Amino acid sequence: MDHLLEIRNLSIELPQGRRKPPVKLVEGVDLTVRKKQNFGVVGESGCGKSITCSSIMGLLSFPLSLGQGSSIRFQQGDGREVEITGLSKAELRKLRGRDISMIFQEPMTALDPMYTIEEQICESLLFHASLSKAEMHDAALEMLRKVKIPRPEQILKDYPHHLSGGMLQRVMIAIALINNPRLLIADEPTTALDVTIQAQILDLMNELRESYDTSVIMITHDLGVIAETCEEVAVFYAGQVVEQSDVNTIFHAPAHPYTAGLLRSVLSLGGAQQELYTIQGTVPTAGNFSVGCRFADRCEHCMDICRNRAPALSEISPGHLCRCWLHADTPKEETA
Amino acid sequence: MKRFGQILRELWRDPMGRIGMLGIFLVILMAVFAPQLSHFGPEKMVGLPKAPPSSEFWFGTDNYGRDIFSRILYGARVSLQVGIIAVGIAATAGYVLGLIAGYFEGWVDRVIMCVMDIFFAFPSILLAIFISAVLGRGLVNTMIAIGIVNIPVFARTVRASVISAKGLEYVQNAKSVGVRTGAILIRHISPNVVAPFTVQATLALSSAILTEASMSFLGLGIQPPDPSWGSMLSEARTFMEQAPWMAVFPALFIIVTILLFNILGDSLRDVLDPKLKL
Amino acid sequence: MKNYTIRRILQLIPVLFGISVLIFAVMKMIPGDVISGILGVEATPELRAQLAAKYGLDRPYIVQYLDWIVGVLHGDFGESIRTSAPILPEILSRFKVTAELTIMAAVISWCIAIPLGVLAAVKRNTFADRFVRVFALLGVSVPGFALSILLILVLSLAFNYFPPLGYVGFFEDPLRNLQIMILPAAILGVSISGSVMRMTRSSVLEVLRQDFIKTVRAKGASERVAIFKHALRNALIPIITLIGMQIGSLLGGAVIVEQIFSLPGLGQMTLTGINQRDYPVVQGCVLFIAFVYVLVNLVTDLLYAYIDPRISYD
Repeated sequence: MDHLLEIRNLSIELPQGRRKPPVKLVEGVDLTVRKKQNFGVVGESGCGKSITCSSIMGLLSFPLSLGQGSSIRFQQGDGREVEITGLSKAELRKLRGRDISMIFQEPMTALDPMYTIEEQICESLLFHASLSKAEMHDAALEMLRKVKIPRPEQILKDYPHHLSGGMLQRVMIAIALINNPRLLIADEPTTALDVTIQAQILDLMNELRESYDTSVIMITHDLGVIAETCEEVAVFYAGQVVEQSDVNTIFHAPAHPYTAGLLRSVLSLGGAQQELYTIQGTVPTAGNFSVGCRFADRCEHCMDICRNRAPALSEISPGHLCRCWLHADTPKEETA
Repeated sequence: MKRFGQILRELWRDPMGRIGMLGIFLVILMAVFAPQLSHFGPEKMVGLPKAPPSSEFWFGTDNYGRDIFSRILYGARVSLQVGIIAVGIAATAGYVLGLIAGYFEGWVDRVIMCVMDIFFAFPSILLAIFISAVLGRGLVNTMIAIGIVNIPVFARTVRASVISAKGLEYVQNAKSVGVRTGAILIRHISPNVVAPFTVQATLALSSAILTEASMSFLGLGIQPPDPSWGSMLSEARTFMEQAPWMAVFPALFIIVTILLFNILGDSLRDVLDPKLKL
Repeated sequence: MKNYTIRRILQLIPVLFGISVLIFAVMKMIPGDVISGILGVEATPELRAQLAAKYGLDRPYIVQYLDWIVGVLHGDFGESIRTSAPILPEILSRFKVTAELTIMAAVISWCIAIPLGVLAAVKRNTFADRFVRVFALLGVSVPGFALSILLILVLSLAFNYFPPLGYVGFFEDPLRNLQIMILPAAILGVSISGSVMRMTRSSVLEVLRQDFIKTVRAKGASERVAIFKHALRNALIPIITLIGMQIGSLLGGAVIVEQIFSLPGLGQMTLTGINQRDYPVVQGCVLFIAFVYVLVNLVTDLLYAYIDPRISYD
């Protein structure tokens, strides 16, 4: 396989006790990430984007679990492919922090308050490489310089509570990249930061992309971030991928009504319209998904078939996937 | 804010809560109906001394020939009385002090908390023993001593709740609009205090019963011939080989009663504030 | 750190002062005449006046208090009314017994409570967790003396084992000393372990929910590293505070256990003092125990200030 990551038919379940069947929070997700690609995953809170990406590293928190038939194929540094869902705990641990890294939303609480910055950066090295203390110190120092932290010698000796959110997020990036991972998953890395800091962090990530061989999955609900950093975008809604294409197509020629709605809501902020556009209705909760298209009752273009049959994710033009009856070929037999 | 009926219902639904409620209800029944339930009364010497449990004397007799079952029933009265009144004293005084300290802060707060800290500096049983040395022994004095010892913990709990409630937005809004202090205290702050306060009260009950049993065991609380589970246990020590039932039953009842209050307290805590759920 | 320590010690002074005032005031409020207690009710007024003067009981309270407290600061706790022996030396020698009991009980309780608490947190909602929670609940609910009596009963009837009487110092005969102390220390330790167990469990659970644990796992840490290197260290802070308070319960519980096992400790001395109306003894003992407790709490405060880098020293 020449892709870096291939997710097929991923589903994530939440058990409901012994008497009820588990609820599927995420269902039938297919994602493909290429090498050295910036891949964006966008959607509202609760649409399943975060847990989907957590599951790539096998970091689903109890009691969530992967559904049957989920497949996550990943190409390691040495070229070998692995099926992540079949790995043992020990093998997963080798992958984490070395081949696949993750950074999180809240930098202020993402580090252990009891240990210095140096100790926490070097911990990544400790798990995956055998270096002397001096070598680790130098590597940590070098990483801090790469993420453009001023006075890195001093920062190494500081504790997390001494640092601001922006600085901490840079440290997180340093920790994530120190072992040269093939894939970096960034779960809303700038959401908790001030707008100016946000811009700095995104610029930093874009710069680092040049020097590192890393693909980035950027999870966000902010279309602006997507526009600035991503090449390929997948749109999540109610636990499914509803559209995927390159960033230009998504922004200028979205196929799915949800994507179009999202764009209209954002764009209306800058325009001279009288009213803010909103998509009517609310996101359905897991377990209450309709039998047909999950977006049907909010969709302006809803047809009869949309309510009764769930559309599949199909390629409506090369490189452009969409889950919508407007663009897919409707099946021959129909029930009105 | 949950209504009282809903609280009771949720408590009932939790199996532990149910056990706690039923168990304590039984203990209360035992205490209230002691005269009716006991055949012989707690002080009359009605049988052969140190007789093992039989159909006539369900729990056997003690070294004076008194019916242990009757003494246990009357002992329940003592335990519950002491528990309720001591906690009543502590809760009332503690509530008032905590409310004042928490709401007004400043030097009032510091003075009150300094005094409370001084009380906290003593191990609680030592303080209870110490205070009862002043007041004397017996039922009433024991209640007062245990009550005084528990005031600081209530004061602290209430004060903490009040201070965190003061920070809540709707309280600040009420103040800025000019609602009177009294009304704020009653209508806005008190509801936030009720939950931790109630849990504390239940746990204080179990602690008060434990302290009373300990003190009576040491000879400082309830005086003979009045029955108290603690003093019964102490009397039983000399006769452990000959009449182990003299020790077993008081010990069991002490343990079970305290356990029931703790179970109820835990379930209450889970119901009133699920975030604290163990 | 040094400044912080000094500041905390200075903060103690009003508390220590308050404790001594409280003890003194309470002692003065005890009804019953010390003099009558010694001489009997038929004593003549002259004899009473003489004795009162001897003990300084005819002076104003403030003077009596200052006299006492200055003496205490110089290491003079006064003399027992019964035995006329100086009080402080006896307190110190008896304190060795109580201290040994308390320390053994504390160590036993930590060895039980902390591992079990961590186990319950890590294996949440499994059988192990439920077992630990029940055990902790029982620990909190079973008073030391009830457990002692039941245990002695069971041991004597079932195994014909009777706890050895008499006391031997640790440095005289370590083996015999441990034989004597192990049962009371174990009982005391077990009765305390319940609340430490619960606190450990809830503290560890709380910490495991934190974001930085996710980060540690994402770095590729094993569960063992995540728990012992990161979670436990953070969880330890509230546990240490609790342990400080537990020492108070231990000191109180020691009073009872000493009585049951006839150990010549401070608790026994205090009780005897109360029963015999030997007020200087009671005063001295309670003061000493309270001071020890306050000191222990100071040490725990300093300990977690030392461990937690977030606590600022200014």
